[in-house]
Amino acid sequence: MSGGKWPRRLQLAVLAALASIMLAGCGSDYVVLNPKGPVAQTQYDLIMISIILCSIIIIPVIALTAFIVYRYRDTPNNKATYKPNWAHSTKLEVIWWSIPIVIIAILGYFTVRDTYALKENPNKEVQPMVIQVTSLDWKWLFTYPEQNIATVNYLQIPAGVPVQFQISAEAPMNSFWVPELGGQIYAMAGMTTELYLQADHPGEFQGRGANFTGEGFAHMQFNVKATSQDEFDQWVKEVKGTTPAMSKEDYEQLRKPGLSDVLTYSSFPEGLFEEIVSKYSHGHPMETGGSMHDSMHMDGDKKESAPGSEAGEKKDESAHSTHHMPNTAMTPVMSH
Amino acid sequence: MWESLKEFASWFFVTGDPLIYGAMVSIALTMVAIVFVLTKYKKWGWLWREWLTTVDHKRIGIMYLIASLLMLFRGGVDALLMRVQLAFPNLEFLHSDHYNAIFTTHGTIMILFMAMPMMFGLFNMVVPLQLGARDVAYPFLNAVSFWLFMFGAMLFNLSFVIGGSPDAGWLSYPPLSQNDFSPGPGQNFWIWGIQISGIGSLATGINFIVTILKMRAPGMKLMKMPMFSWSVLSSCIMIIFAFPILTVTIALLYLDRFAGAHFFTMDGGGNPMMYLNLIWMWGHPEVYIVVVPAFGIFSEVVATFAKKKLFGYTSMVIAVMGISILSFFTWAHHFFTMGTSANVIAFFAITTMLIAIPTGVKIFNWLFTMYRGKISFKQPMMWTIAFIPCFVVGGATGVMLAVAPADYQYHNSYFLIAHFHQVLIGGVVFGYLAGIYYWWPKLFGFKLDEKLGAWGFWLWNIGFYVCFMPQYALGFMGMTRRYYTYGWDLGWEPLNLVSTVGAFLMGAGFVFQVWQITYSIKHGERDTTGDPWNGRTLEWSIPSPAPFYNFAVVPQVKELDDFWRVKEEKANGTYKEEPVHLEPIHMPKNSGLPFIMSFCWFIAGFGFVWEWTWMAAIGMVGVALVMWARSFQYDTDYYVPVDEVRRTEASLGRVY
Repeated sequence: MSGGKWPRRLQLAVLAALASIMLAGCGSDYVVLNPKGPVAQTQYDLIMISIILCSIIIIPVIALTAFIVYRYRDTPNNKATYKPNWAHSTKLEVIWWSIPIVIIAILGYFTVRDTYALKENPNKEVQPMVIQVTSLDWKWLFTYPEQNIATVNYLQIPAGVPVQFQISAEAPMNSFWVPELGGQIYAMAGMTTELYLQADHPGEFQGRGANFTGEGFAHMQFNVKATSQDEFDQWVKEVKGTTPAMSKEDYEQLRKPGLSDVLTYSSFPEGLFEEIVSKYSHGHPMETGGSMHDSMHMDGDKKESAPGSEAGEKKDESAHSTHHMPNTAMTPVMSH
Repeated sequence: MWESLKEFASWFFVTGDPLIYGAMVSIALTMVAIVFVLTKYKKWGWLWREWLTTVDHKRIGIMYLIASLLMLFRGGVDALLMRVQLAFPNLEFLHSDHYNAIFTTHGTIMILFMAMPMMFGLFNMVVPLQLGARDVAYPFLNAVSFWLFMFGAMLFNLSFVIGGSPDAGWLSYPPLSQNDFSPGPGQNFWIWGIQISGIGSLATGINFIVTILKMRAPGMKLMKMPMFSWSVLSSCIMIIFAFPILTVTIALLYLDRFAGAHFFTMDGGGNPMMYLNLIWMWGHPEVYIVVVPAFGIFSEVVATFAKKKLFGYTSMVIAVMGISILSFFTWAHHFFTMGTSANVIAFFAITTMLIAIPTGVKIFNWLFTMYRGKISFKQPMMWTIAFIPCFVVGGATGVMLAVAPADYQYHNSYFLIAHFHQVLIGGVVFGYLAGIYYWWPKLFGFKLDEKLGAWGFWLWNIGFYVCFMPQYALGFMGMTRRYYTYGWDLGWEPLNLVSTVGAFLMGAGFVFQVWQITYSIKHGERDTTGDPWNGRTLEWSIPSPAPFYNFAVVPQVKELDDFWRVKEEKANGTYKEEPVHLEPIHMPKNSGLPFIMSFCWFIAGFGFVWEWTWMAAIGMVGVALVMWARSFQYDTDYYVPVDEVRRTEASLGRVY
């Protein structure tokens, strides 16, 4: 081996490569680094903060490695100090126990702050709109309870309005992800998770499933189109006027494993989403009353009437964003 | 008759894919060749007496090593097939089902059947020698562990040609891994391959904890124990707490599939999310189980090749043992996106970040071990130096992933893939390779060729960055893991192609290493001193290859790095020669029972896989019979007479 020169060159090359990736991040293909809404923006800021904080460690450590490896290489002409028994320095060790502690403390602060923030509606001034998302094998069903329309593998939303996605599945667990608008959340049978996203301006974005669900998983991609409120209302009207209604049978067809084109429906069976969820929530405690997106704290299992509760599944649900849906009545928030 | 036989074969064997037919033929040819060679040279008896029945930790270590290199090959080929499929958009090289099976087996094999046995191989090859012991605490159990691993791995790999491979991901999340979505034996192969080898892993954990706590040479207080042994202790503590969780979890999954239970099913009261929690309660400690011993290896290598005492030994011990506790409090960071409460997410985000603290401290300690040292760039040291920047970057991206709200954007994307490959390859693989190069002469009596090793080293390292740096960028481009194909419209194609090129560079590096081993068997530099690297710990004080009883005389330890102390004292004339007094050495006898018992487990496992209860019952009865037989075996040890010890030592150049 020719001494310590090569590792350093390699590290420089790596740094250069990393830097070019970061700079290239401005390109529009880098969807995660091109936030188009407040949620993605918050996450983008956190990503940048964490990159900077990590660089504070990475760059000096790599530079120090290169220096030490070069300086203390064992060659005949090397005059560097050699102290084979120097193996302890309280001062130094206190320093490098503290450096990561400080960095982690700073990063931890931002992490916790935004973890709580992202559970909330990102745009308090505007009443959020609700869209229900169901992951099926292997397509996405979107039902709009307020508009009473439904789409498959296509999502249209008004720009500037926060959307509360209520997400579930009647298939293996998936994850609902529109990178330009914000991070993902799991879609699980028998439960609803919720996710707030908002597009600040009209535009088209890619959405996809991010958790492996089997054969057709790679094809579970969909377009998200954000338009002005007027155009959105126009689109709803058009869908209502020109497309077929979805029947129970249509849904049964839809949920069979297979791929699907983009579809739109002028209406869907009432309570479809709630029914899908309750089918697998096997008598988990009901949570009724209040709106879905309030942070509710209640002992749900007081309701003895929930069928299936004889299985003794008492679960203290401090309902956060995973809710078990009732399997009897509809939740009031769904009324329109 | 013929028709029904044909029908049986068509569902029993995997059919229809030319790649698999090719593999079947090559497997059959290899088997025939092995049988032929063994028969021709009359080696069956030798194979049985010297290897299949051995309880010698060094030989068991060597068998682990061979098995893990074979598995590295299989897992590596899986990786290359995936990279070929993803090199260009819309390729039709692999279909979805085939691709899904390949990433499932790649992950399972690399973690459970490559990293774990390579790690156990190193434990076995090194720990007793480092402690000044003559074997592990339970040599028979050690052989049981190995053969359980081996038969578990064989059962798992069998799915490739019989029945079909599992294809629900390396952790087989339900409901996807349930009968409704993954019918057939593939998923059962996954369960039973892991289950059987997992029992072996748990036993190894117990074995090495006892070995480390009870078998150290006189005078070696815990705080005078070499760092690698500390890291093994930490790893084994994690094993004994984590592996029972795995065993129970996949046993429940099997009950769901076999007996129609509803632990993790989508319907009938099952809770798939409970599986996620349980599997990661094992899965997260598991990654520390494999990486912590690598930290131990780096500590040994850095001190030896910088010719300097390990810096901050006490700090290192605290850091390594701290990780073994912290690792159990981070599991939920694998599913921040499950929608749990902000309190839960915040807790696990912080605990995950905390792990970075002891890890960072270790990096500084290694750097300052080199500082004011004299660094020579032998192969083990090259891998260690390459590890530092690689692991620093990989660790930092790990901290980025711990930032929970940002993780919603990284989760399941190629950013995550790049991260864990960087810590697992940069940390675990580089570490184990450093360890293998370092301790190879002690086991085999010769060094591995430097020149071929350098080719392997540079191809691996350059290949690594070419392969995985683009994947971080692909993560930012929104590319999701486990896509078997993608379109032209996403801008993913250039970086994917680059990544594929990098994977092949790493593959070429592996080929050079195999060449290096075969070349060195004949031409490698012989180690006649027993101390080829100017080592510091006890294993270097005995001849290479180590005699079967390890130490002719049990060493008396006075300090950390005791062998270094002895050498220093001899150099400056202060060493006091103690009178040597050989005594008969107490050793365990070989036994065929571990092999037979594990084979019975294999039969039982195969029965469980096909849900042939009769076969499973036969296998389990066999297991019980072997245990019964063993419990009445009293003649399990013997003494090596002084003459034989003296003769053996003389043949290795040491006169007593």
